[in-house]
Amino acid sequence: MPHEARGLQARQDASRTGEPGGGLAVAFWATLKRDLVLLLRRRSEVLNPLVFFALVITLFPIGISPDPELLATIAPGLLWVAALLAALLSLDSLFRGDYDDGSLEQLLLTPQPLPLLVLAKVAVHWLLTGLPLALMAPVLGILLSLPVGSYGVLALSLALGSASLSLVGAIGAALTVGLSRGGVLLSLLVLPLYIPVLIFGAGAVQAAILGDGASAHLAILGALLALALMLAPWAIAAALRISING
Amino acid sequence: MWSFIHKLGSPRWFYAISARLMPWFWVAAALLIAVGSVWGLAFAPADYQQGNSFRIIYVHVPAAFLAQSVFVGMAVAGLVFMVWKIKVADMAAAMMAPLGAAMTFIALFSGAVWGVPTWGTWWMWDARLTSMLILLFLYLGVIALRGAFASRDSGSRAASVLAMVGVINIPIIKYSVDWWYTLHQPASFSVTSRPTMPLEMWAPLLIMVLGFYCFFIAVTLMRTRSEILRRESNKRWVRDLAVEGR
Amino acid sequence: MAFDSFQDFLAMGGHAPYVWAAWAVTAGLLGGIVLHARAERRRLLRHLQRRERRERRLADQQTTNSHPTAGHRHDA
Repeated sequence: MPHEARGLQARQDASRTGEPGGGLAVAFWATLKRDLVLLLRRRSEVLNPLVFFALVITLFPIGISPDPELLATIAPGLLWVAALLAALLSLDSLFRGDYDDGSLEQLLLTPQPLPLLVLAKVAVHWLLTGLPLALMAPVLGILLSLPVGSYGVLALSLALGSASLSLVGAIGAALTVGLSRGGVLLSLLVLPLYIPVLIFGAGAVQAAILGDGASAHLAILGALLALALMLAPWAIAAALRISING
Repeated sequence: MWSFIHKLGSPRWFYAISARLMPWFWVAAALLIAVGSVWGLAFAPADYQQGNSFRIIYVHVPAAFLAQSVFVGMAVAGLVFMVWKIKVADMAAAMMAPLGAAMTFIALFSGAVWGVPTWGTWWMWDARLTSMLILLFLYLGVIALRGAFASRDSGSRAASVLAMVGVINIPIIKYSVDWWYTLHQPASFSVTSRPTMPLEMWAPLLIMVLGFYCFFIAVTLMRTRSEILRRESNKRWVRDLAVEGR
Repeated sequence: MAFDSFQDFLAMGGHAPYVWAAWAVTAGLLGGIVLHARAERRRLLRHLQRRERRERRLADQQTTNSHPTAGHRHDA
């Protein structure tokens, strides 16, 4: 991967020669850009969770009933659970590629604080998984005859919530990246931690349908995201060090 | 203070001091559980609403308390292990996980059985039972993660990180589940949260809770001693000990 | 005493299966934990003793082989 190597080299040069104040921001943006470029080259990895999301949503009417009324009552939960599983599906590859080709070790050796660089990687994961899922959810909401007026809240709650999911999920991904069969274990570790986000995310859509106003739910989702933003990068960094050194 | 912690951290010193402490906890656990059982089963008055089925409380609540406390204990031991590199703390944490899972199972099983006479069904998505179920998954995740690593040290550190992440999440999960439950089940009667309980009812409960805690400490001490023998089996003092048969 | 007779106590006011099932599973699991912890410790000690004895015997054999007069040093 000559491109990655050059990117890393450039980043290290920037940290050495650049002014000390700009080092952190430069490292952050360099990591963000590198991951974005890399992921956009492997388009299938970005598209697969979205296809999975659409497929799972297709299964429910077939498995339960095509009755629009019934579907409308369970649509918020179904959409949220399916989006959550789709986000989970993409987590395994979050650090896997970098682990396999050794660039994760390079990342650990950089002089910049690891939590910050890891935050950039998680941000890319959210930009290419969480955000597309959130934008796609209203379309799938139509398929499940989700009541009118809740589409905006659905997209917003998923956009907010999936950022927390990416952050918390990255802890699990970092813990299992060194294991050969980490996939199932990853979901066992991560899914229980997803429950608060699921409760308030699906609750927001439900509240919007009932006309209660979803701002309280969205505020709690925001609070969860703030908490995750504060704590998760450190846990991810610690987990990566364990996976690499062990 | 520091020398005390490091002395406690030495497996040899811990092995000696725990030998002296352990019998007291065994005796206390046996006495308290015996007294609490007889009092709770035979002497405490029957509940005015639930009759004698409420006597399940004397095993359900102590187990549920312990299930949560053991997770906190595991996370604290993990923190001590990560910060001060005290191996005994990790041995204790490794021994606490299955015990905590067992307690969670007891709480779940007794709660489900209790559900038959009170709710008329084996399972209800009651707030307490739901958080217990999630806690069980968290325990299983920690146990599985520890076992998944080829090197013991990596497994220990990964399990410590996960326990700490879990312990931050437990209150969030608990409150969101409580909130979710009150939203969906407004007028249901909760089995254990009764404002006034006569002394004859809660005194045996308190005794049982204390007994369960003593039991937990005794078992953890005993199994940590075994774990010391297992991990330090090549040390001179462990070999001498084995010859003496202690 | 909340019950009039022992039969009454066993019947638990009609809730016998539930109360006794919950208590039995709890007692069984707690007892199982204690038994497992004891068995684990005994197994470990036995294993350590056996290994120690074996290694001392091996060491003795080696010393007797190389220095026939200085054998059984470890028995002292």
